[in-house]
Amino acid sequence: MTGGVQAVLLALVLLVQPPAAAVDSAALDRLTREVSQELRCPVCQGESIQESPAELAQEMKGVVREQLAAGRTPDEVKAYFVGRYGEWILLRPTTTGVNLMLYWLPPIVMIAGGAVVVLLARRWIRASRLATPTPSPTPDDA
Amino acid sequence: MNWKRAAMGTAAIAPLVALLAFGMTRNPKEILSPLPGRAAPDFALAVMPMDVTDGAPEPASTDTVRLADRRGRIQVVNYYASWCLACRDEHPVLSALAPRYAARGVDFVGIVYKDSPSAMRRWIVQMGGQTYPALLDPSARSAIDYGLYGVPETVFIGADGRVVKKYIGPVTHQVLTSTLDSLIALAPAPPVQPVPADTVVR
Amino acid sequence: MRELGYAAILVGLLLAAAGTVLAAVITRRDGRAPEYLKAITYAVAGLLTVSTLAMVLALVTNDFSVSYVAQVGSRATPLDIKIISLWSALEGSILFWGWVLGLYAAAVVYTQRRRDDAAIGYATGTLLGVLTFFLLLMALPANPFGLVNPAPADGPGPNPLLQNHYLMAVHPPLLYLGYVGMTVPFAFAIGALASGTLDNQWSRSTRRWTVTAWTFLSAAIVAGMWWSYEVLGWGGYWAWDPVENASFMPWLTATAFIHSTMVEERRGMLKAWNVTLVIATFLLTMLGTFLTRSGVVISVHAFADGPIGMYFLAFIAVVLVFSIALLAGRSELLRTDSRIDALASRETAFLFNNLLLTVFTFTVLLGTLFPLVGEAVRGVKVSVGAPFFNRMTVPIIVALIFLMGVGPALPWRKAAPGELRRKVLAPVVALVLAAVATLFFTRAPYVVIGYSFVAFALTSNLQEYFFGARARMQALGENFATALGRLVVSNPRRYGGYLAHIGIFAMAFGIIGSSVYLTEREATVRRGETIAVGDYALRYAETWGREEPHRYVIGADIVVSKRGVVIDTLTPRMNFYATQAQPIPTPAVKSSLKEDLYLTLMAFERDGSTVTLKAIVEPTVAWVWIGGLLIMIGGFFAAFAKGGPTSPRPPRTAGDRPQQREAVAEDAVELEEATV
Repeated sequence: MTGGVQAVLLALVLLVQPPAAAVDSAALDRLTREVSQELRCPVCQGESIQESPAELAQEMKGVVREQLAAGRTPDEVKAYFVGRYGEWILLRPTTTGVNLMLYWLPPIVMIAGGAVVVLLARRWIRASRLATPTPSPTPDDA
Repeated sequence: MNWKRAAMGTAAIAPLVALLAFGMTRNPKEILSPLPGRAAPDFALAVMPMDVTDGAPEPASTDTVRLADRRGRIQVVNYYASWCLACRDEHPVLSALAPRYAARGVDFVGIVYKDSPSAMRRWIVQMGGQTYPALLDPSARSAIDYGLYGVPETVFIGADGRVVKKYIGPVTHQVLTSTLDSLIALAPAPPVQPVPADTVVR
Repeated sequence: MRELGYAAILVGLLLAAAGTVLAAVITRRDGRAPEYLKAITYAVAGLLTVSTLAMVLALVTNDFSVSYVAQVGSRATPLDIKIISLWSALEGSILFWGWVLGLYAAAVVYTQRRRDDAAIGYATGTLLGVLTFFLLLMALPANPFGLVNPAPADGPGPNPLLQNHYLMAVHPPLLYLGYVGMTVPFAFAIGALASGTLDNQWSRSTRRWTVTAWTFLSAAIVAGMWWSYEVLGWGGYWAWDPVENASFMPWLTATAFIHSTMVEERRGMLKAWNVTLVIATFLLTMLGTFLTRSGVVISVHAFADGPIGMYFLAFIAVVLVFSIALLAGRSELLRTDSRIDALASRETAFLFNNLLLTVFTFTVLLGTLFPLVGEAVRGVKVSVGAPFFNRMTVPIIVALIFLMGVGPALPWRKAAPGELRRKVLAPVVALVLAAVATLFFTRAPYVVIGYSFVAFALTSNLQEYFFGARARMQALGENFATALGRLVVSNPRRYGGYLAHIGIFAMAFGIIGSSVYLTEREATVRRGETIAVGDYALRYAETWGREEPHRYVIGADIVVSKRGVVIDTLTPRMNFYATQAQPIPTPAVKSSLKEDLYLTLMAFERDGSTVTLKAIVEPTVAWVWIGGLLIMIGGFFAAFAKGGPTSPRPPRTAGDRPQQREAVAEDAVELEEATV
């Protein structure tokens, strides 16, 4: 009984609330900003459409906003622009294929480097223990 | 001499130098468009009225060009503006070729990019007129749809409604004729597939 | 002027080339530097000065028969901008570079005039070799003194972006002083490697030059950030543009060197690593120059591409091969007897500092060059921009800030448990307090971690001043102010370094606030209408236009009020230059320690009925500039102030009383920081 009432209420709520209004204005602003920051302005030099004062960038921001307001997800909006401008438009490359190098190499270098540092430090500590069983109490002047 | 170390150092560095040398052979401003092969994004744009006395209020356009209505004919879509210097080089070529190709199933349109109709009209008169319609795109939506980087750019659309080529920079007589001639010579292409769903980007 | 300038370049080229060969051959034969190398270096520096002055004169007198003047000069350009046009395009910037390098070389020769050992001979030869390269560029592909015949009546004037702000008179010279200055440590490294004298001498003579160049480079980077904030109109100051990265990478490796060289001085280890860092820093400056001038990448800063890229690439390749051969050839000398007493020691902290800075450099290099990789492998153009760099580098920056708090608390050699606890107590308390305070208004993990690590590291560095001063007070009975003053003066490297750290913390504080808590609004406003952004109400009063000699300026007067009280009138402007289709904005900024109000004029109606404004409230952004200033002061103090524990200490018994007192005090401070 109550389950049925709830289902009806839910259906009513869904009916009353148009999908476009699901995204409120402040959230839409924030989302537009986030997506715009990741899209490169085609007429500028390396700036995002969020930052650029160029007219085309402003219009593109308008497109981003419209599509988000129409219920498209940020990924769909980005895909729209990739379809028109190519991957070049994305300021953060996709995490696929060769691009994975970008995301994986720095952590790998960090881990490998960290291992080297730790190994070296341990070897050097051992060397120092073997050479001087008791460390000198006076500070080093060098 | 520690040859091992020298070899290791060189091996680590050589790809970097090779990469930079490769970079020298490339132009970072040349970006391949993903559009060729895809269905051309549709547009419906107002034709800019030409017979307006200077200073008179801008009349409402009475005519609209819709790309979808022109299926079956080859389209040359040229983005231009009066403030664009390179557009002066290509405009006479386009205007001369448009009537010649009209009979062979080719339509030319110019889309005004980020410019006022009055300035554009003055420029066209100054350039000696234009043999094809100039369309107005005040919100630059069609420009974004066609992935425009700047003006001039020219998009060639086949009779099947697919983008064939996007040319960046002032188009030449040679590029226009060779592209159009090969398009006309082509057998009727297979029917257009629906606009591909945009692949989702992660 | 044209003939004089070009003749000076040609003679300079011959002299520098001859000097390079002589330095190598004669030093090798005699085992010491020939005396005339000094004269040759001074002469080359002098000729470059003549050439630069000739160019400045040609710019000021509108001599359009000189190709560079025809390219960047114009009669309408004001005098001061004419002078700074020297570095506004490729050829002039190479001339300026060469001149700065000439001055550096002369300064090196002058300060080392008492030395005639093989190391200084090879080092001078290296400097002359790099000078030869730059003079060759000026003689062939980047000749600024080309003849234009007939001379045009007027020129286009320099790039409007460069004319728009006084910081353009400051940022490039600082950048060149920093960038070019990195050649000096490189020359010392090559000198030490070639002569086989990798003793403490080389790191001592290198250190001060590196810190000097590093300080100029830091100042240049901050000035560049400030310039983009004041001019570009988007309210940001760092865009991870390829050229910004090009200036940042040598800064990172130089920072690593400044720290790891201390380990070499104290413990005689990491020699090979330090030499590598110095060479890498120099190569990264060359790479940066290559990127800006070869047209390989698109950037706001890039000059027009020319054939000069090939020259740079060849030079980079030659330097690489030469350096690798030298490093491999001297591998015996570079081997050191490395020892560390404990994992919890300053030495280990520096090892991790170097690891983080190296990975940082690698990440920036990878991101900057990746578009080329993508194109080479897939034939597809990709962009690597701010969202990528922010995501990848913020964790490294956070770790570095944490380490900057741990490092000073750790003594050299080995930390006693009680000692460590005493030094870490206050920073940890600060960390917890900051974390709790931050949690009151946000749950964003990076913000909480960022602010609390800054508090931790700041306390740790500040307390070093306090502990040092207290040790002097106890040992010598000085009052706190005297003790603090004398402490700082007695060891400028150390306390200048801590000040630079504090500058970094101020910057980090500013960056977090201004990037996370920024409020932005863009609106089209009718005359007399008011819009609100943050606590501010902005009323559009009127638009005006003004003809200036080299541009036309449109301004909009915006009356700013806060909580109902009018506090100021800001006038964001738009500048129209004859040579540029797009107008260049001049934002109006109302700055305070708490927040900046940043207004940009985006568009306007010709009749002044409406304007489109972008208004940004950017909290704590002023702290970024304050931090930059602190880094600069700390760096210069560390580089130039006399004294420090590495300068030979006066013999204790022979000294008079004040010297003895200093020695006692130094011991007290040293004891304070170096425990059993």
